[in-house]
Amino acid sequence: MKVRIDRDRCEGHGRCHALAPGLFELDAFGHATALADGNVPPGMEGKARLAAANCPEYAVRVVEDDG
Amino acid sequence: MSDRKPAPPAEAGADAPVCLISDPAFERPPVTDWHTDWDHLDARWRDDPFPIWDALREGPIARTERFEGAWLPTRYEDVRAIAYDTEHFSSRRAVLRDRKFDGPPLPSPPITSDPPEHKAHKQVLLPFFTPQEVGKLEPLTRRICNALIDEFIAAGRCDAAQQYARHIPVRIIAYMLGVPVRDSHLFIRWIHEILEVGASDDELNSSATKAMRDYFRHHIALRKEGRTEADPDGPVPDLIRLMMDGSLNGVPFEERHVLGTLTLLMVAGIDTTWSAIGASILHLARHPEDRRRLIEEPGLMPTAIEELLRAYSPVTMAREVSKDVELGGCPMKKGEMVLLCFPAANRDPAMFPDADKVVLDRQENRHGAFGLGIHRCVGSHLARMEMRVAIEEWLERIPNYRVAGDVRWSVGPVRGPRTLPVAFA
Ligand code: HEM
Ligand code: SF4
Repeated sequence: MKVRIDRDRCEGHGRCHALAPGLFELDAFGHATALADGNVPPGMEGKARLAAANCPEYAVRVVEDDG
Repeated sequence: MSDRKPAPPAEAGADAPVCLISDPAFERPPVTDWHTDWDHLDARWRDDPFPIWDALREGPIARTERFEGAWLPTRYEDVRAIAYDTEHFSSRRAVLRDRKFDGPPLPSPPITSDPPEHKAHKQVLLPFFTPQEVGKLEPLTRRICNALIDEFIAAGRCDAAQQYARHIPVRIIAYMLGVPVRDSHLFIRWIHEILEVGASDDELNSSATKAMRDYFRHHIALRKEGRTEADPDGPVPDLIRLMMDGSLNGVPFEERHVLGTLTLLMVAGIDTTWSAIGASILHLARHPEDRRRLIEEPGLMPTAIEELLRAYSPVTMAREVSKDVELGGCPMKKGEMVLLCFPAANRDPAMFPDADKVVLDRQENRHGAFGLGIHRCVGSHLARMEMRVAIEEWLERIPNYRVAGDVRWSVGPVRGPRTLPVAFA
């Protein structure tokens, strides 16, 4: 599984980082980027989906391995 | 959890009374039909807006001839569409008034800025307000909360809005701006005159705005002489210094830009957070089951804060139609206003199952309490930290309490309890 951040949509709500600090980091302006090239370590899939479900700007996308 | 060092030298003047009597809601013609004559300054909206929004969501975007012609979207989808559409909806007038002020509105960047300038107007502030930066203010916030509780805990009762929630954000922002915390009572009064009474009283609105700008002029002048009245352990640079040194493409910000942003930071951060903390304490008073759950499962705090923000969103902003446009079949004409009611959007059952229920562990919560799109609240992480700490410290020391008197709500673009008597003996 991978997570992707659409940087044009991200407005820095920081929800993704608050819910899944292992998957995202915030830059000096509070905007998010995915860590580790967006690769989601095993066991973190739930957190990835949670982050996506709480981004008010729909800027976090989860890409399932088989799709 | 508590950090009981003495509070910062902050308190003088903080208990000066704030006038809560002048209330524009009582002087307005009552609303005849919410679909065609809505008025967010009406007493019914103030006391219980939720049924009004539920009814409006069933129809087309509501209209009123008040405010020189304005629209009121209440569905999440419509609020979001307008927040995103900066081509047709301008932020230059961010508050609804009975009569628009003559001439161009005074700018308060970035909340009154539109693209393309908006980005730079906001960028200068963002590094100051990241979750990491505001995290450094957490110990100070805990000390302030505990010092406030110390003052009333022995009495067994207090007004949680007037004696607690109200004082937390004002002290923090004074510290960040670099002005003496003992002036807090001035800020509270000016904001009341701008946001509440000033929503329908132009003269008071203008005089309070002017007083606030003069106040910042004074503190800028001091800095130009190499002096400051900031508390000695305050941040370096403080927000006043940051704005004085700010520039756009190598050109220093004009004075009106600097003053506009500084007054915005004060107005935007105080009543808003006060409201959010007060509404949360009230909810937990009326719902002992949620209160117990939060005490037993402190790990729920992060989702609980988001849920309380969703259910009791304090802030409603406005837009001005800058180009004729049709939305949901409604013809919106250039110059008309739109009330961007994030609180109503956040109660839309099409977006949030059980929208009227507070679900402390709600898993999917894309609430727009801090706005949607480019104007996302600069202070959102600060506000969240203050809310979390204020509720944690309160529950730690006052785990059992109940409402013990009349709760009164504010009128205007920021909604929250202004009196909240509770007893805990
Ligand atoms: C719970 C507390 C708060 C709530 C609910 C809240 C809500 C909002 C909302 C809804 C907006 C968007 C306005 C729009 O779309 O026109 C906004 C913008 C803003 N807020 Fe807050 N706010 C809170 C606390 C704060 C604090 C503590 C500060 C700073 C000290 C702050 C500073 C700002 C600023 C500067 C903007 C303008 C951002 C822009 O236009 O890009 N707010 N806030
Ligand atoms: S939650 Fe969304 S908007 Fe917020 S930082 Fe993450 S990606 Fe950006």
